[in-house]
Amino acid sequence: MKKMTLTLVGLLALTASQFATAADYVLDTKGAHAFINFKASHLGYSWLTGRFNTFDGKFSYDAKNVGATQITVNIDATSIDSNHAERDKHLRSDDFLSTDKFPTAKFVSTKVTDKGEGKIEVKGDFTLHGVTKNITIDATKIGEGKDPWGGYRAGFAGTTTIDVADYDFKASWAGKIQLELLIEGIKQ
Amino acid sequence: MLKNTDVQFGLVSTYVHWLSAIMVFSLFAVGFWMVDLNYYSEWYKTAPYYHKAFGLTLFFITLFRICWKLINVSPKELGNNKLEHKLAKVAHLALYGLLLLIMFSGYLISTADGRGIELFSIVTIPSMGELFPNQEDLAGEIHEIAAYTIIAMVVLHIGAALKHHFVDKDATLKRMTKFK
Repeated sequence: MKKMTLTLVGLLALTASQFATAADYVLDTKGAHAFINFKASHLGYSWLTGRFNTFDGKFSYDAKNVGATQITVNIDATSIDSNHAERDKHLRSDDFLSTDKFPTAKFVSTKVTDKGEGKIEVKGDFTLHGVTKNITIDATKIGEGKDPWGGYRAGFAGTTTIDVADYDFKASWAGKIQLELLIEGIKQ
Repeated sequence: MLKNTDVQFGLVSTYVHWLSAIMVFSLFAVGFWMVDLNYYSEWYKTAPYYHKAFGLTLFFITLFRICWKLINVSPKELGNNKLEHKLAKVAHLALYGLLLLIMFSGYLISTADGRGIELFSIVTIPSMGELFPNQEDLAGEIHEIAAYTIIAMVVLHIGAALKHHFVDKDATLKRMTKFK
């Protein structure tokens, strides 16, 4: 009986400590409830969209202390998918991502600011094609809560725009690319 | 004379050989040039379109050529150098093998996502789907390496033909250059 009480106390202490610090979440890439999409202008006449199919990531988040949020996302650059094999081959080639040399892209947050009403500004280092630039993602919290299967989830959406000129691509194609991150994390 | 004999290539073999030669050089040159085209070049879309269409055409020509070779006699080797005869056979086989490899790998690049390849505006050659992972990248590597290799083999082939003509002074080259 005494042992059980101790265990209970221990559990309570653990739970309390979880309230004290932000919870850790892992992106639900297994269930594919996270997406990294991109959008580029085609000649100024239309939009082309694509995505990275393979990535993983984690974040810490506490609704009461948004500023302490930390996010890391690792992207498999070779998994770029614009629904056209020839174009994807070109995007992976030396003209663009040079995935032979730079197989991964990465985002690591450096400063997160709560803008109120669910709006969050996420500054961080984005590494693509071996070039690291500080970018700002305008994010929105979509929601958080228990899922029907015994877990706890939190989801966000964020967009940012990068200029390909910043990332030293060899290609003659120039322009800006919008990145869209739709992420759902499962609390660990 | 359309068919081959023991001492001479027939007109069909001769014309198909030289047509293939012209197409191989042209396809290589266009392929070499088009991969570095500027995105805003007017050839950016048309060059690959014709490269593929003519590549497919050469594939059908090559299929016919192989069938024709199989149902025809080939002229007998000249000279008595058995090693040279053997090497020539290997080199010719390599040329055919490389041709097929280049054309098939090229087909696999463009059809990796289920899209077919347009043979001019006549017909679209359908895709066989994605046969293996990273198909467009792997097939692309093979296509490129095999293309350079065949050009090296062609240089050897030309060198050997000229050696027969000028050094051995035999009829090897003449047997392939009778156009009527």
